[in-house]
Amino acid sequence: MSARIGIVGIGHCRFGNSSEYDLVDVIAYSANDAFRDAGGLHLRKEVDQVLVGNMAAGMFNHQTSVASALISRMDMEPCPAELVENGPASGASAIRLGYMAIASGMADVVLVAAGEVMRVVSGWEATNIVATMAHTEAEYNMGLTLPGFAGMFTRLYMEKYGMTERDLALVAVKDHDNGAKNIYSHVQLPVTIEAIADGENANVVNNYVAEPLRMYSTCPISDGSAAVILVNMDSPKAKLFPKKPIRIAGIASATDTHCVHNRKDPLVLDAVRISAEKAYKMAGVGPKDISLAELHDAFVIFELLNSEEVGFFERGKSFLGVRNRETEIGGRIPINTSGGLKAKGHPVGATGVSQVVELVRQLRGEAEEGRQVKDPKYGMAVNFGGFGNNVVTTILAKD
Amino acid sequence: MAIDALEAKLRPPADVLAPYPSKLITLASGEQMVVREARLADAGALLGTVYPLLGVPKDYYDIVAARMYSEILGWFRYRVANEFVIVGAIDGVIAGIVTSRHVKAGLGMSLHTLTIKRGLRVGAQLFAAKMEHHIDYLGEDEVHIVAESPIGFKRWMIEYELEDRSAMYPDLRHELGGVPTFTLTRKLWEAVKPVKCTGVRPVPAELLKTADKLIMPDEYVQLPGWKRGA
Ligand SMILES: CC(C)(COP(=O)(O)OP(=O)(O)OC[C@H]1O[C@@H](n2cnc3c(N)ncnc32)[C@H](O)[C@@H]1OP(=O)(O)O)[C@@H](O)C(=O)NCCC(=O)NCCS
Repeated sequence: MSARIGIVGIGHCRFGNSSEYDLVDVIAYSANDAFRDAGGLHLRKEVDQVLVGNMAAGMFNHQTSVASALISRMDMEPCPAELVENGPASGASAIRLGYMAIASGMADVVLVAAGEVMRVVSGWEATNIVATMAHTEAEYNMGLTLPGFAGMFTRLYMEKYGMTERDLALVAVKDHDNGAKNIYSHVQLPVTIEAIADGENANVVNNYVAEPLRMYSTCPISDGSAAVILVNMDSPKAKLFPKKPIRIAGIASATDTHCVHNRKDPLVLDAVRISAEKAYKMAGVGPKDISLAELHDAFVIFELLNSEEVGFFERGKSFLGVRNRETEIGGRIPINTSGGLKAKGHPVGATGVSQVVELVRQLRGEAEEGRQVKDPKYGMAVNFGGFGNNVVTTILAKD
Repeated sequence: MAIDALEAKLRPPADVLAPYPSKLITLASGEQMVVREARLADAGALLGTVYPLLGVPKDYYDIVAARMYSEILGWFRYRVANEFVIVGAIDGVIAGIVTSRHVKAGLGMSLHTLTIKRGLRVGAQLFAAKMEHHIDYLGEDEVHIVAESPIGFKRWMIEYELEDRSAMYPDLRHELGGVPTFTLTRKLWEAVKPVKCTGVRPVPAELLKTADKLIMPDEYVQLPGWKRGA
């Protein structure tokens, strides 16, 4: 691929509870933030294409045509705009399609804005809505939810590789430490291993959600948005954007069977591995070149599994890396420096863009004190749609 | 206060309630929260803690704060029968408050739950503490509960899977606003207690001492920029 495509503006709101705000306003907030970061709101008129990532506005907010609504909210008519829905990977899919729009020559500047407002319904209803991405007859109608799936998945991994519940808690402690320092994070509280795993009150303070998954092995239900502005670095328009672009070195996606039971080994996430391999190839790098990674951890088991599939750890060994503190900031491969979905939160459609915003902040050296990875060169994001059946991997480079 | 004949007429008849034994909960952050029954001498700190939240409509803090303010005042001035207040304090600073009432033998009436320090499920722990008091210490068999906020409804009615008895007893209404009443039964409590209720007893003396004189929070996440006394 010859196009050089970079990110010249990023926007993000604090994740949490925005249920009193309209979804389109929530997305517009980050989109405007991205323009301010890129050099000013006047740059809106340079945009050739708007792509909006969102998973389920129709169900959560009883609202459709969100992309058209955003255009009007931001005074961006007659710019073309479309909605991208790919489950919880909607955000990264929108970035990938934005990349393709520029690479195809049909656009030089693309705004990708993504958001979700889920807290308008109860946690149980949100879980139900998210579960509609599972296979209707074989999974959803049988009562399977994502936490239910992840619980079984975690149990299998524990039995096969000897991981313990305490290992899951160690991931949460690391993620919450990072999230506590991130201004955009939903839960800005560090947690201790004594309190959530070892202590006398741990069983209630860190209650089971879907055994063996506990509250601190599960992401909170969050609202929020994030946005990025993509530019063809070789087009004349690139000069209008004062900030040095962070280049998209690799971006790829892969799919797997919709039904989890159709996979040879449910613990093998082919779509993660294949999308990562394609992204590495496109970027001309390998796992050892990556300075930090944002790995989709709606349940902390996914952070571990993803880190194996993308080649940071051997299969079945990632939790040992966590025990050895290899994934902390300052460790061999810092993972989820933002706090991850675990602490930063997971407004489903926004997550993929939020992960990329974090990579840009890190590669620019703009992360908060105590959270900045030293001199990073390449950042990787894995955004997971469905139960690992539609995955997008992005690799960004600081040139 | 001297209890003259008129004042005595103004007071509802009161039972002697069993005390709630203090306990200690280590929250996810590692902070230690002393959970203890409030004393009348705490009323000033409790009222002063609730007061700033009267103006916070988000998450229904305003209505719950207003109700709780009057409940604490009513309790302090002996205007509510058999009310009790339980408080959670971290280093003496009030993190959350619950109010409730013993109605008659076997029956309790949950009033309000207010979390000051958000994010650590302080409210959930204190709600469980008040249910523990109702059923395990006051010996009640049922507690009537309603929610005045959506979060409250999700937390208590849904998470505890409380029984909606409104169809069975259409006339049975909680004394707060006449909303159809949900009920925590002893049976249900026994089933959920191991996963909802925690705390270590006795509280080590030095930690209990930190909660002896309650401190009003200086700042509230619910009131960005607000500072006590500023
Ligand atoms: C209802 C109420 C008492 C609940 O309080 P609580 O149990 O202390 O709850 P918390 O604030 O700790 O609860 C949830 C927090 O846990 C955190 N959380 C949720 N899921 C999490 C997860 N998986 N991992 C880590 N943290 C998580 C979040 O920070 C969340 O806060 P948010 O709701 O602002 O996003 C409190 O919201 C309150 O006082 N509200 C106003 C008054 C009211 O409604 N009272 C009830 C009247 S009936």
